[in-house]
Amino acid sequence: MADSTPGGAILASDAVAAPRAESVVAAAPRHAAFVRITHWLSALAFFALLVSGLEIVLSHPRFYWGETGNVNTGVLFKIPVPSSRALVPTGYGYVLPDQNGWSRALHFQSAWLILIVGLVYFWLGLANGHFRRTLLPARSDLSLRSLGSSIADHLRFKRPGEEEAWSYNVLQRLSYLVVLFVAFPLIIWTGLAMSPSFTSAFPHSVTLLGGRQSARTLHFFLTIFLTLFLLVHVLMVFFAGFRKRMGAMITGWVPREKERA
Amino acid sequence: MSTTSRRGFITTGIAAVAGLSAAAVAAKLAGKCGLVPPDHGGLYGPGETLTFAAQRLLTRHSMAREFDRSQISAKPLANELAPLPDEYKRHQEAGFVDWRLNVEGMAAKPMSFSVAELKSFPSRSHITEIACEEGWSYVAEWKGVPLSYVLDRVGALPQVRYVVYKSIQTDWWDSLDMADALHPQTLIATTMNGGDLPTGFGGPLRMRVPRQLGYKNVKFINNLILTDDIKRFGKGLGSASPEGGYAWYAGI
Repeated sequence: MADSTPGGAILASDAVAAPRAESVVAAAPRHAAFVRITHWLSALAFFALLVSGLEIVLSHPRFYWGETGNVNTGVLFKIPVPSSRALVPTGYGYVLPDQNGWSRALHFQSAWLILIVGLVYFWLGLANGHFRRTLLPARSDLSLRSLGSSIADHLRFKRPGEEEAWSYNVLQRLSYLVVLFVAFPLIIWTGLAMSPSFTSAFPHSVTLLGGRQSARTLHFFLTIFLTLFLLVHVLMVFFAGFRKRMGAMITGWVPREKERA
Repeated sequence: MSTTSRRGFITTGIAAVAGLSAAAVAAKLAGKCGLVPPDHGGLYGPGETLTFAAQRLLTRHSMAREFDRSQISAKPLANELAPLPDEYKRHQEAGFVDWRLNVEGMAAKPMSFSVAELKSFPSRSHITEIACEEGWSYVAEWKGVPLSYVLDRVGALPQVRYVVYKSIQTDWWDSLDMADALHPQTLIATTMNGGDLPTGFGGPLRMRVPRQLGYKNVKFINNLILTDDIKRFGKGLGSASPEGGYAWYAGI
């Protein structure tokens, strides 16, 4: 926050319009402090949510659509893994130990962390123009030709130019916007829709999704989507230059080129 | 390093002390308002407390979703059942005529009820979903006597804060705070889908708390204890669940 001064903001948006990296290097950090802190806290919470969530799935690796579903009913699909409950027919001759106690506690505590961090991020991001400046694609970038050339660059695995170390390209912007404003709100919503207490106060939160089991299945699909995003995100960091990208997200500044030689 | 950084340091210090004091006052108030669960300690205590407090503030008077008769699951699931004690089998063979629900603790007139007596009390029924923490669920019609009616009948004292309930399976016991104990949908269920509660589903008596997950709905209950001090029971965490790593509050 403190380092995204109005001057920095103007220079950063100049960088978007005319990406000549050298001219703006010293003006503002690549990532503001609030972005870096919320990024790493979210990464920590997401990792805990993913591990604990997958562990919870092991107690019932079957998915349904609609309001109800159990081992007496048909499934939408099942995951071919062993289960931590003898109740579930898996085809494996053994039952995994029950780890749901700590998994559930960690899942909900991490959900609180990512919710609070997310609210702080959205509030600060809106207040200081972060979303408009760094995430909203320029209108010209949304033309078919421009989108097509960005997609083609990605498909050819063209390494990003120096200027992209200081600004997001249009595909990056669109995927970050989808993750932040669509996938995360949806995964929180579908999670709450599984709570018998929350849905007693807000019944539409689950009926709109088609029932409790639909909410659970959607929660799982969203997990897969966010995990795929994470994989691509980390791969792109390596591809674009691990030291530069990581350095920028930790210190705020892109490490200088010459030190790399 | 100058006056500004020293001033910054002092300001930060005062802010930290103020913040901590505010948190302490908030914790005290939350405790007074019944927003702190018995298992609020430990590594995951903050998450448990936030969940319980938030859901209590949002849902104190809300009603669990009820369904149409057409949505009742054709094949409800009883879940795995630990071997039942011989005492249960004797009751079962006798048709549960001697099964008693003993209500004791902070009551003006502690009493003991037979299943038939409980069935003769004003009843309530609801078609609700029961969901296991593992993820599966079913919908059934439950009928029974509201717990609040039983509490009235024995003259529960105003200082009661928790209702502890115990099962013939002695390692299963749990407790409800008054928001759930007095909730109109909380039943001592005697009937499921129009018939006597089958053994797999907790017959003859099961605590039915539709705003919480399955494991809060303890089967084969035979004892209620009204208390203002939950710490006296088990390890003081409110139920057997936290002793096995599960949350006392199962609203989620």
